[in-house]
Amino acid sequence: MSVALSLFSSILIVVAVLVMLRNGKLREKYAILWLVIGSLSIVLALFPSMLEFAADAVGVIIPANLLFALAILLLLGVSLHVSRELTILEDETRILAEEVSILRSAVERLSGSNATNVPRDRTDHPMNFDQQRKDQ
Amino acid sequence: MGNRPPSGILIVMPAWNEAEAIGDTIRDIRRVEPGMDILVVDDGSRDDTARIAAEAGAVVLRLPFNLGVGGAMRTGFKYAIRHGYSGVIQVDSDGQHMPEEIAKVVRGLETADISIGARFAGKGDYQAKGPRRWAMSLLAMVISRVAGTRLTDVTSGFRAVNQRGLHQYIDHFPAEYLGDTVDSLVVALKSGCTVTQVPVEMRPRQAGTPSQSPWKASIYLARSGLVLCFALARRSTPRDQHAPSTGDIAGEGPVPV
Repeated sequence: MSVALSLFSSILIVVAVLVMLRNGKLREKYAILWLVIGSLSIVLALFPSMLEFAADAVGVIIPANLLFALAILLLLGVSLHVSRELTILEDETRILAEEVSILRSAVERLSGSNATNVPRDRTDHPMNFDQQRKDQ
Repeated sequence: MGNRPPSGILIVMPAWNEAEAIGDTIRDIRRVEPGMDILVVDDGSRDDTARIAAEAGAVVLRLPFNLGVGGAMRTGFKYAIRHGYSGVIQVDSDGQHMPEEIAKVVRGLETADISIGARFAGKGDYQAKGPRRWAMSLLAMVISRVAGTRLTDVTSGFRAVNQRGLHQYIDHFPAEYLGDTVDSLVVALKSGCTVTQVPVEMRPRQAGTPSQSPWKASIYLARSGLVLCFALARRSTPRDQHAPSTGDIAGEGPVPV
């Protein structure tokens, strides 16, 4: 791979992260990681000899293997982190669902506590497509 | 809100697409236990479960999507704490648990924080075979050791908890597979709650068949073993919990003023 191509792709990553940041599509705490990775790859693209030097220092015979190993480790870490964030998010969603259901029952009770409001409420239900079609 | 006698025990019924059975189940319970409040947690049903339950005279909480039995029970526990109930008894909505046995299971709370209505304790004719049976006895054996008392049916959903158990549960009641029975029980025990079991009779399920194929049963054995290991490895939670008041937010801490 030529220096120009690797330089181009690493600059592309950094620009993409910056654009996403500007548009609010990426939280800062995740952006920093990608910016660091992007800038490191720019440095590597500019000075490929650095990789050879590093491979030599840690005793890896083929420099590209060092790059691959590091990339795999990094991706492993990232996916583990994403799983963790997902678990937290699911927990938060579950708690919100609990709260919503309790609040909903309280609202129903406060806005006229008789059994007759239950069927009427069913027609308001977003899943009740029959009623919505009739309403239109 | 808050106008309940603080001695009341709330019946919580997690229900998912139980429109066929739930009406009769609720009417049965109301006939046998007219003084107890019934809360149905509709776990994202696509059928008429919520409407039928409300018409049969239960308070209904409707979860916007399916959370599983564990999640439904957590919601019920939260409701019970906020409304000042002194305990909760979980009853299946498919009519498997007999209303006549509710009082007996609740009475178990006089001696312990958690009272389990057990099927294999010499009453009734509930039978399980093969790997499923092994899984159940293995779970029972290990958890009995943790509990320091003999428990024969730790996967029974027919159980009652008192206020102390409630607060422990709300802090840690896993909403995952088997979390509502095995995991929650182990963690409650590790946090210092006491458990007792009451022999009960159960009806065969009215709708649906329990998984009896050897393959499914083996998966059940493997998964429950895994769940048990995770549960035993979990850190115990501190016991001195404060009661959340109505305004408390989801993490069950007080709202900062």
